[in-house]
Amino acid sequence: MTNPSQSTGRLRRSRWLALIAAAALVVAACGDGDDEDAEPAATEAATAAADEAPAEDAGCAPGEIDGDLAFYNWADYMDEELLLAFEEETGISVDYSVYESNEQMLTQVESGAAIYDLVVPSDYMVALMISEDLLRPLDFDALPNVANIDDAWDNPPFDPEHRFHVAYQWGTTGIGMTYDVLDALGGESSWAVIFDPDTAALVPGSISLLDDAPEAVSAALKYLGYSITETIEAGDEEAIREAGALLKATNDRLLKYDSVTFGDDLVNGEVDVAHGWSGGFAQAFFETDAYETHVYTIPVEGGVRWVDTMAIPHNADNPCSAHAMMNFLLDAQNGAALTNYTYYGSPNEAATPFILDEILEDPGIYPPPDVYERLELIPQMGDLGLIVQDMLTEAKS
Amino acid sequence: MPSEPRASRDEKSQAVSTLGTAGTKRSARHLLKANAWFVFAFLYVPIVVLVVFSFNDSERVNVWQGLSARWYGEALGNTQVISALRVSLIVAISSTIVSTVLGTAVALALDRYRFKGRRALDGTVYLPIVIPDITMAVMLLVFFAEVFKLIDTIGPRFTLGVTTIALSHIAFNISFVAVVVRARLDQFDRTLEEAARDLYATPWRTFRRVTLPLIAPGIAAGALLALTLSLDDVVISAFTAGPGATTLPVYVFSSIRQGVTPELNAISTLMLTASITLVVASLALQRPRSTTP
Amino acid sequence: MPSLRRAKPAAAQSTDAGPDTPPLLTPAELAAQRRKRRTGTLIATPGALYLLIFFVVPLGLITVYSFATRTSTGRTSLSGWNLNSYERIADDVILGIIARSAWLAFLTTVLCLVVAYPFAYYLATRPPRLRARLLVLVMIPFWTNGLVRIFAIRFLLGSNGPASALSEAMGFGTFRILFTPTAVVLGMVYGFLTFMVLPLYVALERMDWRLVEAARDLYASGAKAFWRVTVPLTRSGIVAGCVLVFVPSFGSYVVPEILGGAKTLLIGSYVARQFQAARNWPLGAALSVLVIVAMLVAVAINQRNSANAERTQGVTR
Repeated sequence: MTNPSQSTGRLRRSRWLALIAAAALVVAACGDGDDEDAEPAATEAATAAADEAPAEDAGCAPGEIDGDLAFYNWADYMDEELLLAFEEETGISVDYSVYESNEQMLTQVESGAAIYDLVVPSDYMVALMISEDLLRPLDFDALPNVANIDDAWDNPPFDPEHRFHVAYQWGTTGIGMTYDVLDALGGESSWAVIFDPDTAALVPGSISLLDDAPEAVSAALKYLGYSITETIEAGDEEAIREAGALLKATNDRLLKYDSVTFGDDLVNGEVDVAHGWSGGFAQAFFETDAYETHVYTIPVEGGVRWVDTMAIPHNADNPCSAHAMMNFLLDAQNGAALTNYTYYGSPNEAATPFILDEILEDPGIYPPPDVYERLELIPQMGDLGLIVQDMLTEAKS
Repeated sequence: MPSEPRASRDEKSQAVSTLGTAGTKRSARHLLKANAWFVFAFLYVPIVVLVVFSFNDSERVNVWQGLSARWYGEALGNTQVISALRVSLIVAISSTIVSTVLGTAVALALDRYRFKGRRALDGTVYLPIVIPDITMAVMLLVFFAEVFKLIDTIGPRFTLGVTTIALSHIAFNISFVAVVVRARLDQFDRTLEEAARDLYATPWRTFRRVTLPLIAPGIAAGALLALTLSLDDVVISAFTAGPGATTLPVYVFSSIRQGVTPELNAISTLMLTASITLVVASLALQRPRSTTP
Repeated sequence: MPSLRRAKPAAAQSTDAGPDTPPLLTPAELAAQRRKRRTGTLIATPGALYLLIFFVVPLGLITVYSFATRTSTGRTSLSGWNLNSYERIADDVILGIIARSAWLAFLTTVLCLVVAYPFAYYLATRPPRLRARLLVLVMIPFWTNGLVRIFAIRFLLGSNGPASALSEAMGFGTFRILFTPTAVVLGMVYGFLTFMVLPLYVALERMDWRLVEAARDLYASGAKAFWRVTVPLTRSGIVAGCVLVFVPSFGSYVVPEILGGAKTLLIGSYVARQFQAARNWPLGAALSVLVIVAMLVAVAINQRNSANAERTQGVTR
């Protein structure tokens, strides 16, 4: 018994009709202004929350647990086995979520809408978060394993008194490419392969750039011959804008912006040249035996080195659990397990004996001294930070 | 259903069959047919390819290595997938129940009664449907951030999570349910209610025995729509999700950004199967009822 | 009889927003009316309150945010009000993004219309039985999970995906459209095509075909009858379909994120970025307000159109 009226009857009970009816019936009587009186209260609350100074350190005992841990980390940056081991050891559960850029994490912490106990900001972000009172001082008594960290990581410029962070992993930012491309470049890697149209023409396939404003701008600065540190510390807006213009000119040449799959894309042949982080490439190369054909390089002009750190947001609910997790990850064996999973450098000196030889001997992960010298940390950007963000956005439009 | 329009429509559809077929030129008819095949192919081929490749044994998505269900095993053994599925179901079911009740009430009130603020409600109720997801998402993000700050000054602490996702889903689902139920109320034969009232039934009894059974298909359709939309939503969930609480679509969305994997194909096929089952079941359920009006 | 009389004034009242007490009612009727009004309030309140808290207040809040200040470190300060964010929208960069979003949404709409109209015509002219079956085939993709469908396109188009493999096997070389605006438009057409098909189908199915017949009887050619009779009669379906496709395409976020490779910034992604990476909440808020207003305008156009359609249909019948 199917007849037309029945089929329309069925249709009538469906989404499109909901939409059409909606479209047909809306009278633009939207209710702005109805809630004006709610605003002053919200404003006060916002300023009150902003004025709130970070609390004293948590006063946790080593291994003390105060609840389930909300852990917010970079995508693909943690061995799940370690989380399971921690859950087993402590009996709490870890609510693990991931982000794709420092800024994404910062927004979440800053807005106060989502509360995390442990986050992993990079160097310059640590400085910014300290200056914005978004981090809580650590209780080093609860972190006996800090002794495992190499002295080289003591008192870094982004946290001179070393009160707010412990190092998590470190690495470099450079270019991954096929050996074919490297040969075409005459065996010497250069940012020109991305930023110079004639050199980029040598690349048979596509190119990808990190979807990360500080990294993209730093790469452009390096190609233009600027020092990242000096440019930013001098507040040289002109140079930043020059880098931005370069990014814009490069935009059409790129296949995509990507901060997560650049390594896989390279070995899959989706791209032939990728701007990315050392461990992301190493992980992809090892997984697919692509070391014969692909290589990660630091360009002659130099690149970026960075250190990601563990830190506790000012509003964390369970700071003691966060300390317990930090201490757990700073353990020699666990620290090695982490690096054996991520393929990034470990700041954990005591972990070295447990790290795979293929990692320790990989110059892409642990660069030799002459290459290391060409690397710079991105300093805190202060007011330039927002301009740097805008440069990448403008490049894409 | 009133019988008069049906008769006239039958008449019209007869006209259709003579005109629509004989009236158009043969070449045009062939073109129409080809276009129809093309549209169906366009709609279905990507889905079918995805389903086929979810049974691929290979680690690499692009290399066919023979039939296997191993990725289904992997997907169902993935604790993140299971916990995301749990969150999705909790959110979908709770938001469907609440929004069906509230949305039906709103539709009834708008259709039957005059009250203060009726016009404002009438205008507002359609807004969540017409504004893009992303604007609704950022609105709710800002809202929760401000509200949590406000509450924080009093004492209790809140964070984004399952509750905020469910609250947000209710916010848009009320509107969809209200619109669907209202469409049903529109075609409703009011003389039945009047008759019940003339026979001295109380308003509540009239509602229970007459109105409710007549609009029940509309309510069911609204609830089904709410359920589907809740299980479909990515953007609003992504902005209102918090530590450790992710819905399955949000999990899939962020996984897609981390690369296409065979496991993702398997998860997608499972989601696809679930939604197709839901549609087909609802169509099958509605069929016998509509033959006996 | 009395029940009918009561029903009619009630219907008439709902159109005039006039005084509370029409003079012709007896006290008993007045009391009944007041009771009815109370019941209405009672029924509407929970839902209305919910929408007030979780929709109207957020809408107001984002409007307020759009006038707030972004501090040099990216915080949103609600202490100084200004129009900076709105001024920035006039910036070439953002106008470019808006223009591109509108252009891609327009392309999507046109493509959908061109493909969907003959398709809906074909559906509407099938015998009833077949028509019902074909409709089910249209409804299934419409109800299936949208994200998964877009993922299917992503998978299909990948530079090492099935489409590329097929094109290579057939000797056309690798197939590269992923991460281009073309892929984004294709994805949006795929996602929203059914939004166009269904209103067109309904318009065609409800159309009085005898009018086309009459035109043919007056020796209009097939094409002429189509353009002069069929198209005008289905105008409401065309406009509804266009609005239903254009609106979500314009604000689309998921499709460009998955198929655009973060390279083709559209307004939806740009708004999201203001809240996630760029940390410019006031700008994101201002753009959201703008998008909402634009959508309301589009919908108002559609509403006027359907009101007109009802009027003209009344005349033709």
